[in-house]
Amino acid sequence: MSIRINQDRCIGCKRCVSVCPGSLIDINETGKARMHYPKDCWGCVSCVKECPVQAIDFYLGADMGGRGSTMNVTTEGQYIKWHIRRPDGSEETITIDRKQANSY
Amino acid sequence: MQIQKEKIIHTDVLIIGGGTAGCYAALTLRSLSEASVVIAEKADIRRSGCLAAGVNALNAYITKGHTPQFYVDYAKKDAAGIVREDLLLTMSEGLSEVTKKLEELGLVILKDEQGEYVTRGPRNIKINGENIKTILADAVQKLDDVEVINHLNITDYIVRDNRIAGALGFDILTGTAYEIRAKAVLCATGGASGLYRPNNPGFSRHKMWYSPFNTGAGYAMGIRAGAEMTTFEMRFIALRCKDTIAPTGTIAQGVGAKQINAKGEVYEDKYGLTTSQRLYGTVRESLDGNGPCYLKTEGLTADEDEALLKAYLNMAPSQTLKWIESGKRPSQQNVEIEGTEPYVVGGHTASGYWVDTHRQTTIHGLYAAGDVAGGCPQKYVTGALVEGEIAAKHIVETALSDGLALTADEEGRILADKVAEYNAFLGEERPFFTVEELEEAMQKVMDAYAGGIGSHYQYNERQLALADEKIDQLMDLADSVGAGDYHELLFVYELKERLTVCKVLIAHLRARKETRWHSFAENLDYPEQKDEWLKYVNSRMDEDGQIHMVYRDLVPGGSLYEHSH
Repeated sequence: MSIRINQDRCIGCKRCVSVCPGSLIDINETGKARMHYPKDCWGCVSCVKECPVQAIDFYLGADMGGRGSTMNVTTEGQYIKWHIRRPDGSEETITIDRKQANSY
Repeated sequence: MQIQKEKIIHTDVLIIGGGTAGCYAALTLRSLSEASVVIAEKADIRRSGCLAAGVNALNAYITKGHTPQFYVDYAKKDAAGIVREDLLLTMSEGLSEVTKKLEELGLVILKDEQGEYVTRGPRNIKINGENIKTILADAVQKLDDVEVINHLNITDYIVRDNRIAGALGFDILTGTAYEIRAKAVLCATGGASGLYRPNNPGFSRHKMWYSPFNTGAGYAMGIRAGAEMTTFEMRFIALRCKDTIAPTGTIAQGVGAKQINAKGEVYEDKYGLTTSQRLYGTVRESLDGNGPCYLKTEGLTADEDEALLKAYLNMAPSQTLKWIESGKRPSQQNVEIEGTEPYVVGGHTASGYWVDTHRQTTIHGLYAAGDVAGGCPQKYVTGALVEGEIAAKHIVETALSDGLALTADEEGRILADKVAEYNAFLGEERPFFTVEELEEAMQKVMDAYAGGIGSHYQYNERQLALADEKIDQLMDLADSVGAGDYHELLFVYELKERLTVCKVLIAHLRARKETRWHSFAENLDYPEQKDEWLKYVNSRMDEDGQIHMVYRDLVPGGSLYEHSH
């Protein structure tokens, strides 16, 4: 599993660089974030949550059953919204109330 | 590239690792004393360690109607007797208090109409733990006189006459070398992953369960400094959702899904219900031609489907994405399960530092808490918090009065020697092998000869002897690898840490001449469990790098344990 960083959206704020538990992201010569070690990503999505402009998408490697869908996150007050985009363009959003514990 | 800057810092207490145990220890230290604290964190404490993505249950809790002793008895049975009851009991007695504290800090815990926590089985409670790490990190950041140094990788302890004096390391972003002098040091670095060839050895070699950045640094530093270690041979192998390696408890306990084989037969009762037996049964069913194995989720309701998708987003988002990618929800397809590669991790099994009841290691002033502390399996998140608290309390009571005195000259020399070592790896010379190549070789050796996935977690004496020989060869090669930048220097040290842990692990696997736990330590030359092995297998490395085994009688329940240094 790994991430892709949308270079057009990235504002170079470095929040992902700092928060990544593996320090896997750095800044490239154009001042944008770059995934330096894609094979070392463990899919914790800390960077996806931290990014203020939704420039980072999480995806599954083909070796894990990934078929090209991507996922990112927006936070609105007490709600976390997980947006999934499939390769055919269809989208699905799952909303989680942060003030509610999960039932399982 | 060379080390450009050096820094010497003095503090009362150094905490190595700002994860679960480390953060809680800092909170405790500052609530009980005015001690100055430095937290050295390899990443950034905001999301570092095993709690990065969150966790959706607290798996160690004393639920209503149960006692701490109930938890001790459960963990002892699950480990077939090889536990420290003094450690389990003191951990269990602290679970309620740390949970209450987490709730005060902002953790959402599910409650019923009477205000009681809602349980998920007899030892677990349900939470929304997506933000559990940021809650802890925020609380630490608010403390006075606690300096968090992010991106600082500690490589060595400073020990004189078996007494801790601090630690050495380097900043993986700037390359600044650090010597941190302290009166007491708490090691809270986590366990060791990446020793064995992983489930998906290619692109997705790291998975969101055990942190791949926990490389056994805490163990390796202690081993090299001569600290006694215990029970490394009780490896942990997790039964997980296939591919994503997402935890299965949410399905197994949350919705009560049974383990079934490909024929649809429930097999979990056939092999026993301990953690290792559940895994072993899954391995056996596959070897007997009944695989793949599953958790039976077909037939769940649409509401249960939705709840599961949400629950995994709070902990292992890859599993939710996998369900979506497959086009089938849990109710439409059973969840395939498999075992992970083996880990050495004291939060699940009993591997780690040999500590006294106060979590002090055999090195004076050096404490261990969480995954690095041995003898106290199934401590999980809350148990790691308690261990951080227990260690911090004892540091406040006994270890703050006097530290080891070193002259400025000595301090300077210690750092200069270490910087020379770092610089040698950072030199211009292009090495014959890369760190990644040696890491892959190590994982292959462990997989084939020390009971990895490829050998169905089994081994025999001849294989272990070969593993030991080959790890020695790799240790020699690892002395001459190189680093092009400071991050690569981190990789060099992580490789060396893992090799050291492998070496000790193999020695422990060879020493326990029985099979007490299927899969976790399955010696085909000694396939039976024997009462004569109801004892601890411990080890110490001497100054020449030789490992000496130490066999100790079980510490009886109801007693405390002190080191007889």
